[in-house]
Amino acid sequence: MALLEVKDISVYYGVIQALKGISFEVEEGEIVALIGANGAGKTTTMQAIMGLIHPKTGSIYYNGERIDNIPTHKIVKMGMSEVPEGRHVFQELTVYENLMMGAYTVKNKEKIKEDVQEIFKLFPRLEERRNQIAGTLSGGEQQMLAISRALMSHPKLLLLDEPSMGLSPLLVNEVFDIVKHIHQEGTTILIVEQNAEKALQIADKAYVLETGNIILKGTGKELRDNDDVKKAYLGG
Amino acid sequence: MDFIITFLNGLSLGGVYALIALGYTMVYGIAKMLNFAHGDIIMVGGYVLFVFVGLTGEPILAIILAAFLCMLIGISMEKAAYKPLRGASPLAVLITAIGVSYFLQSLAQIIFGAAPKFVVIADLGTITLGSLVIPVYSIVTLVVSILIMIGLSLFIKFTKTGRAMIAVSEDKAAAQIMGINVNNIITVTFLIGSFLAAIASVFYLLKAPNISPTFGSKPGIKAFTAAVIGGIGSIPGAMLGGFLLGIVEVFSNSVPQIAPYTDAIEFLILIIILLVRPTGILGKKRREKV
Ligand SMILES: Nc1ncnc2c1ncn2[C@@H]1O[C@H](COP(=O)(O)OP(=O)(O)OP(=O)(O)O)[C@@H](O)[C@H]1O
Ligand SMILES: [Mg+2]
Repeated sequence: MALLEVKDISVYYGVIQALKGISFEVEEGEIVALIGANGAGKTTTMQAIMGLIHPKTGSIYYNGERIDNIPTHKIVKMGMSEVPEGRHVFQELTVYENLMMGAYTVKNKEKIKEDVQEIFKLFPRLEERRNQIAGTLSGGEQQMLAISRALMSHPKLLLLDEPSMGLSPLLVNEVFDIVKHIHQEGTTILIVEQNAEKALQIADKAYVLETGNIILKGTGKELRDNDDVKKAYLGG
Repeated sequence: MDFIITFLNGLSLGGVYALIALGYTMVYGIAKMLNFAHGDIIMVGGYVLFVFVGLTGEPILAIILAAFLCMLIGISMEKAAYKPLRGASPLAVLITAIGVSYFLQSLAQIIFGAAPKFVVIADLGTITLGSLVIPVYSIVTLVVSILIMIGLSLFIKFTKTGRAMIAVSEDKAAAQIMGINVNNIITVTFLIGSFLAAIASVFYLLKAPNISPTFGSKPGIKAFTAAVIGGIGSIPGAMLGGFLLGIVEVFSNSVPQIAPYTDAIEFLILIIILLVRPTGILGKKRREKV
């Protein structure tokens, strides 16, 4: 049984159909990448998994339990967490308070303290800015904070929606190193990326999404070698 | 000397406006709706006080019951009328809120009749400081409302639920991703708002002991104006707007030549502030960083 099973879901925004019956699976311990052009439906897919929108047809299973009709906060408690597209850190709260929001579902105060220390080891720049208002952080720092915040709940499955968006090449590398690190620590990862090159490098398995349909799937390597993918997403 | 008394009365009325305005602004910030029935919760509080002061003669007990019943009605109204409209158009929610307001007023009229009822919670009298004769209710109102506002600010800043309220008001989807149950936070918000409205009803009745079905309309509109002046959605804004409006109102009423125009002056201030700062004094424009 896969950790996450998406079965034939379709999502509509009014009359516009954003997902036209897509299916895919994420096995425990994998890194799975979802690539596709702007508007393909990647974010919609992530939001459907998180329960922020509900598919009209189809179903989603997490750990064998059906989740496509339960509210987001319950899905989070089941061990899922997301770094949303565009970061969405809480602008008015400090770095530290943002981390506390990430630990909202964690009861053990001692554990939270230890986790914050762990995070600060991983991101020393956040420790220096501990009491800074998140809205005044640079884009890169906000992304680090968004990732840290998502880790505070100890997700079993972490969803990353374009974590490298708007970052300088050096920072992009750093983000992918961190993703690999999180994965090595035992977290299963579903990542959406415009930077298909990088995503396919780290992915065990990948799916290509085009206007609401999955048109290709394979291992990261298979897709990197695929001529269509090369042409459309890897710049020739 | 008159100036000091007028100023104190202004602050005291401002404290009451601020308490009510907080209800509007918090519900707006968190549920993104204007709860036009908020003022009527004050009226509900007034009638509960009328009934229980009359029955028991125990003002403290009556106040506790008023707070409790206002909170109950506040969350019932949210669950029955507003929750089913989550995600509906803002206009539908607004019209529903106006409907809830009429519903509560009509219900009060059916139960208690249209004629005002008389209820004395307590006669606090005055104290004399040198040449100053100070109405005690003004001091009590001011002190208690400031204490409540301090308590509320601490609650929001330092408790998990309080921070969740900030998170929901800033970014609902992101708050949900943190594992926050937004419906629970909305319920807490209505509880707090209704509690504050109940306290406001006590202060109103201490000042003028009459209660009628439309008792909450005027304070509701004034406090809503205060919330908009301060910046709807902003908690410090509601406090600032409340005090500002209270002081303007009492000073304007203290001059016989301009007293008839007090309401007009207040709404003129609203219009001017909105022209200069469309988001209100402390309201913020959304910053978005991509
Ligand atoms: N709230 C919405 N209302 C209406 N249409 C929407 C909404 N959100 C997304 N869409 C539409 O659904 C389609 C898929 O959008 P989605 O955001 O999932 O794309 P994406 O693959 O994440 O794109 P990008 O790479 O630009 O982030 C697009 O055509 C988009 O216009
Ligand atoms: Mg997207």
